[in-house]
Amino acid sequence: MGLRTWIDHWPVYRQLTGTDPLGRGVAARSRHTDELTPRTATSDKVVQSICPYCAVGCGQRVYVEDGKVSQIEGDPDSPISRGRLCPKGAASKQLVTQPGRQLKVLYRRPYGTEWEPLHLDRAMDMIADRVIETRRRTWQDKVDGKVTRRTIGIASLGGATLDNEENYLMKKLYTALGAIQVENQARI
Amino acid sequence: MSNRLSGPMPDVSGEAGYIDHPERVGFFTDTTVCIGCKACEVACKEWNLVPETGLELTGMSYDNTGELNANTWRHVAFVEQRVPAERAPADLAPPGPPSPRGALGDGEETRWLMSSDVCKHCTHAACLDVCPTGAIFRTEFGSVVIQDDVCNGCGYCIPACPYGVIGQRPGDGGAFKCTLCYDRLGDGLEPACAKACPTDSIQYGPLDELRERAQARVDDLHAAGVTEARLYGHDDNDGVGGAGAFFLLLDEPEAYGMPPDPVVTTRDLPSMWRWAGAAALTLLGCAAASFVGGKR
Amino acid sequence: MAECHPVGFQWVVEAKQRGATVIHVDPRFTRTSALADLHVPIRAGADIAFLGGLINHVLRNGLDFREYVTAYTNAAAIVHEEFADTEDLDGLFSGFDADTASYDPTSWSYAGAAAEAAAGLREEQFEPITLHRNAARSDEFGSGGPVVHAKPERDETLQHPMCVYQVLKRHYARYTPEMVEEVCGIPKELFARVADAITRNSGRDRTTAWAYSVGWTQHTVGVQYIRAAAILQLLLGNIGRSGGGILALRGHASIQGSTDIPTLFNILPGYLPMPHAHQHESLEDYLERAAGATGFWGNKRSYMVSLLKAWFGDAATPDNDFCFGYLPRLTGDHGTYRTVMDQIDGKVNGYFLVGENPAVGSAHGKLQRLGMANLDWLVVRDFSLIESATFWKDGPEVATGEMRSEDVGTEVFFLPAAAHVEKDGTFTNTQRLLQWHHKAVEPSGDRRSDLWFYYHLGRRIREKLAGSTDPRDRPILDLTWDYPTEGPNDEPSADAVLREINGYGPDGEPLKGYTQLADDGSTSCGTWVYSGCYADGVNQTARRKPGDEQSWVAPEWAWAWPLNRRIIYNRASADPEGRPWSERKAYVWWDPQANGGRGEWTGHDNPDFEKSKPPDYVPPEGAKAQDALAGVDPFIMQTDGKAWLYAPTGLADGPLPTHYEPQESPFTNPLYGQGSNPTRQVFPRPENPYNPVGSEIFPYVFTTYRLTEHHTAGGMSRSLPYLSELQPEMFCEVSPELAAERGLAHGEWATIVTARTAIEARVLVTDRIRTLRVQGRRVHQVGLPYHWGWRGISTGDPANDLLPVVLDPNVHIQESKVATCDIRPGPRPRGRALLAFIEGYRRRADEEKQ
Repeated sequence: MGLRTWIDHWPVYRQLTGTDPLGRGVAARSRHTDELTPRTATSDKVVQSICPYCAVGCGQRVYVEDGKVSQIEGDPDSPISRGRLCPKGAASKQLVTQPGRQLKVLYRRPYGTEWEPLHLDRAMDMIADRVIETRRRTWQDKVDGKVTRRTIGIASLGGATLDNEENYLMKKLYTALGAIQVENQARI
Repeated sequence: MSNRLSGPMPDVSGEAGYIDHPERVGFFTDTTVCIGCKACEVACKEWNLVPETGLELTGMSYDNTGELNANTWRHVAFVEQRVPAERAPADLAPPGPPSPRGALGDGEETRWLMSSDVCKHCTHAACLDVCPTGAIFRTEFGSVVIQDDVCNGCGYCIPACPYGVIGQRPGDGGAFKCTLCYDRLGDGLEPACAKACPTDSIQYGPLDELRERAQARVDDLHAAGVTEARLYGHDDNDGVGGAGAFFLLLDEPEAYGMPPDPVVTTRDLPSMWRWAGAAALTLLGCAAASFVGGKR
Repeated sequence: MAECHPVGFQWVVEAKQRGATVIHVDPRFTRTSALADLHVPIRAGADIAFLGGLINHVLRNGLDFREYVTAYTNAAAIVHEEFADTEDLDGLFSGFDADTASYDPTSWSYAGAAAEAAAGLREEQFEPITLHRNAARSDEFGSGGPVVHAKPERDETLQHPMCVYQVLKRHYARYTPEMVEEVCGIPKELFARVADAITRNSGRDRTTAWAYSVGWTQHTVGVQYIRAAAILQLLLGNIGRSGGGILALRGHASIQGSTDIPTLFNILPGYLPMPHAHQHESLEDYLERAAGATGFWGNKRSYMVSLLKAWFGDAATPDNDFCFGYLPRLTGDHGTYRTVMDQIDGKVNGYFLVGENPAVGSAHGKLQRLGMANLDWLVVRDFSLIESATFWKDGPEVATGEMRSEDVGTEVFFLPAAAHVEKDGTFTNTQRLLQWHHKAVEPSGDRRSDLWFYYHLGRRIREKLAGSTDPRDRPILDLTWDYPTEGPNDEPSADAVLREINGYGPDGEPLKGYTQLADDGSTSCGTWVYSGCYADGVNQTARRKPGDEQSWVAPEWAWAWPLNRRIIYNRASADPEGRPWSERKAYVWWDPQANGGRGEWTGHDNPDFEKSKPPDYVPPEGAKAQDALAGVDPFIMQTDGKAWLYAPTGLADGPLPTHYEPQESPFTNPLYGQGSNPTRQVFPRPENPYNPVGSEIFPYVFTTYRLTEHHTAGGMSRSLPYLSELQPEMFCEVSPELAAERGLAHGEWATIVTARTAIEARVLVTDRIRTLRVQGRRVHQVGLPYHWGWRGISTGDPANDLLPVVLDPNVHIQESKVATCDIRPGPRPRGRALLAFIEGYRRRADEEKQ
């Protein structure tokens, strides 16, 4: 920074020489203030999304900077919500960035008193084994002489924030496995 | 140079040295359509990265925020009232039924008022007047903003504010309040609270336009029989020279926890010290503080 | 609505400013009431009496929209003379069997239909109702109606004593304003103002909308609540028209989608019923028994075959019934509460919880926790360690000593889930709008989408079973499961899944809609009602044309099922001749000049009707599917094209909504000797005791609800500081009168007690909770938000722990909006003392009974 510039930014100098002799506006501005830019303007990308809370389906714009969500606010283009959000929708960024969100798989062995770490790949393998074993053990080819080809040993209860595509794969897989007790918040 | 500490001031930004500046902007909060959802509180915190205030059930209806302070820049007040049956706003909706709401019997009914409070961005801002470091300044939009890189946490602004808006942040020491999302305005965005507000109770825009709109809304309400509708903070001739954030209320301001007749705490200071240095300001700031009394 | 759907409420506020009257009916004065023109406090559980009172007001005073009612509903149909009403049988309809607590609905049918049944259709039409009830078969009619095989006899003058209109009139004749006051606690004058407002605001030129939420569905008569609203709205001509309707304000981002593409036991995608072991042995049985031949359900073979092709691909051929035999069969109720009982009984060994927290979110939390403690393994997928993942370590039963970690054998896998910004996909909102959300960032750590989890779980199971010759493994190995994956985590393509849901034609191109589906296996389609969401190879759900650049209907924002129609049954927005009922309410109409003078349906929305079917079309004899519906039949999913004021079949608890008291009530039923719904589903077992009716031990009514600041059982809000600080603690809301009666102090603790357990809450004494006068005495209601549990930032006792399990017989949804309780000052007892405390209450309630 040259001397001239440095002096230009000296509040008292600006106060005495500029349009703001009281030093209450222009002359009081700090360099930081002059350089303020909203983080929405510096984001790497903006992605259109939908609020995950209630079923109104408000539009959201998700701002991303350095691979992280930097801001979520209402999408003014949405004819449903016109850019507005409720407190939960407005807290969406905290929902996805909160420290309470688990990062890693946890495992509790039968009769265990504490959680243990478990590799995701190992967990998936163990769950697949449990499904196959339980299904074999509890299979019902017939009930009361009628063909049922099912298991009632495996049940599922899903929340209603699941995507349609997720529900679709769930129903498809469970049905092929013969699991029928596939349920959702929609019945609650 | 006209009186810069009280009374009307048509060009607040010009007075602060901005030559070619945008129109003065502000908030009009129409409490008759506030649903008390607190989206404004959350949207403000998300945008401005304001810390949480703590977990306390206050018992003051659904208000668990309590007040405006360093970590609460928008605060929704909830007021549960018993009112005489005829006082509740009449039906705005012909051909609907007349409207006692929540009749309690014996000619009384219940009424639940909600209002989102915020910094008033006063025409004559005492906080700005008393700030000895130049941390508080008037923006080109006419709003009043604390620069946290300049603020040294002296706290003079806190008792100076006639509305009790400003607070000192625990752990940080700096004074904080609503910035009218100054960073957003520069990019043509509206403040986070106004953008989120589901029912448009919080409206942002050029102050002149908002005042016209507000008056029209009051007229409509009066025509519909809601005679208690009134504006608060819209008048250039009030104690702060008119607020940059004003309100449409259905009761006396005290009912909502707002001062009935706020006065810029520096109004009566002799004109001499306008030109005085930091030392004098400090002294007078203390005087102002002892006169008005701090909010905490 | 202001409480739980604040952003949707902007339209109500705007409507009010434009002159609409807003009426809020709710036991509590809420944030919605605060903005309404009129708040109508009602005793929880009494809404059918209230709606029935309005129906009676309309019928008694001849205020129905007669032209609409006659043309578009079954008001003129003649009911079989054997039908006996609740007025005749003191609260029961004809056909009740006390031993099975169920109805044989034979006598409810139309006169003409019964005649035809005698000619050979009887067995098919009148399935044993117990079977029907146990398999929640009503749900299969989600987007259609049950089967009526014959055109009923009709009396267009509506004078025949057995025509639906007259049956209805008699059924509701005693639902007078005086009775409404007696049952609901709504003063006559207040009721009169509601009745006047809605009738004056309905007709040719005006419409009235009803919006509801789980306050109407979570009852032992939940389905009949909605039916009652439907009857009222049909009588007033408010269905299929702009500004009308019965609007379900659903509570979760894609709870509508979770029904359309169901993770529900009784249906397949697109409301196709799951096959039943006793009825649907072959595809032919299934198609013959489970669908009508007329209306759009007449194309059910195409829908089903295309689904089987989507799932089993080349393996599905005409010779093997398109693998219909691969589908597992139901034998009764397999709903979530039945499942919990089966867990406790050791019949269910593995359980997946996917973004759901039943330990605090479902009725009777203790039953849920006992069930989960009796599993072999449990998989929990969520953002944070919710109560359902940790009950074995820190649940209420651990505190009381009823459960010790070292005794719980359940193996628990917790897998962190990706958030909505970390994955592509669609949510279906409450107005049937599919909206695509784009992935913004990659999920960190082990966080994965549920799409990823199920795709890779399926992939692993298929790999492990590869080469198996066991016939039971064929469906898994024949499953189409080859979705492309992308990115660092091998995320399956949601876009590819959506394309499969949309369906492909014989040429491999995406279908334009379900009308292209074929029944010969040449088309595939994962969900027929969603077909068209990927029309022209374009993801229609991702359309984002700004609202202010298109018409008020905004047809180019996202995509609504079916076929982007925004208001269903909108043919009813025009009169029988196809003209708008009024210029002001014009929405969809017949334009005789269009289409080269042949005419077609046009308007602001896509017509929910065949575009070229003229209003004067009369179906030829023997016509099938949609061809069998006339040009004046707007309800195209119904076999008869009419809306049903009276349901001659399809419901477990009667053809007409009838006021019954909740399972737990301080009152007997003032209308009938029959107290509560005679077909309600009860679970009489020691873990699930019910408070006796009229008990002095449990004299108060409580209701549960949500607050704006939190979300359901708290999994997406109690761990967020910005939301938790706004409502930091569990509280209860009581009237000043109840506070005085029980010595409750504002801000202090209270204990709320039922036969299940006791919870504690801070007390808010408020005028917003009203003491009502019912049957000549005062009734106090206690308000309980149900967001809390013992984990997260903001903690508190779960209100759902207070509830019993008792269900609606049609859809197996629990009665969680009303039950009885006691309330007393002070915090609840801790540890074992809590069990002794509850035992004392149960004992006194038993003594009281004797």
